[in-house]
Amino acid sequence: MRDVREALMVARNSDGKLVRRPLSPHVQVHRWPLSMALSIAHRISGVGLGIGTLLMTGWLASAASSEDGFEKYQRFLGSAFGILLLFGWTAALVYHLMSGTRHLWMDLGRGFDAKDYENSGLAVLVGTGGLTVLIWLVGLIVW
Amino acid sequence: MSGSNRQPHVDMLRSPLGRARGLGSARAGSKHWWAQRVTAVALIPLTLWFIWSMLRLTGAGQAEVQAFLGSPFRLAMMLALIAATFHHLQLGLQVVIEDYVHDDAIKLASVLAMKGVCLLLALICAVSALHLGLNS
Repeated sequence: MRDVREALMVARNSDGKLVRRPLSPHVQVHRWPLSMALSIAHRISGVGLGIGTLLMTGWLASAASSEDGFEKYQRFLGSAFGILLLFGWTAALVYHLMSGTRHLWMDLGRGFDAKDYENSGLAVLVGTGGLTVLIWLVGLIVW
Repeated sequence: MSGSNRQPHVDMLRSPLGRARGLGSARAGSKHWWAQRVTAVALIPLTLWFIWSMLRLTGAGQAEVQAFLGSPFRLAMMLALIAATFHHLQLGLQVVIEDYVHDDAIKLASVLAMKGVCLLLALICAVSALHLGLNS
């Protein structure tokens, strides 16, 4: 043992011999309830949105540079690949917003009853699907 | 923690208590946590405003974007959105890196690099928005 953080991982057995304690079963052996999937999806969508800020940066920077540059950028966003990126970005943004609001609610110590927990998780999923589709319907109509 | 299968043995010279004191909390954890919550709350209205604004600007040309940011209120909202977004982003990514990168040197280097990139992107966004809004 070189690190004090290992102190709890090492113990003596009944013969007085030093042994490494067995590890308890970890993430991969458990059934995945909805809450676990939602939790990791919050983190993944957050990282995705971080990469997505490049889209916003490109949009603002090209608009500030030249009319020609902005037009080129808008054409890229309007391409099949651009629309795929924008749609993924919208879905991630709406999910992270709703899931994050749920987390803020839980930070207040609310919504921890098994039933509330499950229902708010489902609401986040349904809400994400609904709002993402609504945003794109409005967007396509305006466009 | 070393994953070796060697027979466990103790080879520390410092007492476990001494090590624990050295490794203890830096007492800065709650500040990070709180800043993440504050920016999260701010980002709820800002993000809804952003989505609404992007829908209004669907298919807009550069002149329209410039006119849009010409309003002091919208420019201020945009700058607030940029500040809150990138602050929240670097706080969140820091936690992700600290969770998954275990080597101290690589951890420090990647957190610093990530923070530098976030700051740079935030500055590009803010300067661009100001350039557009103030010259419209």
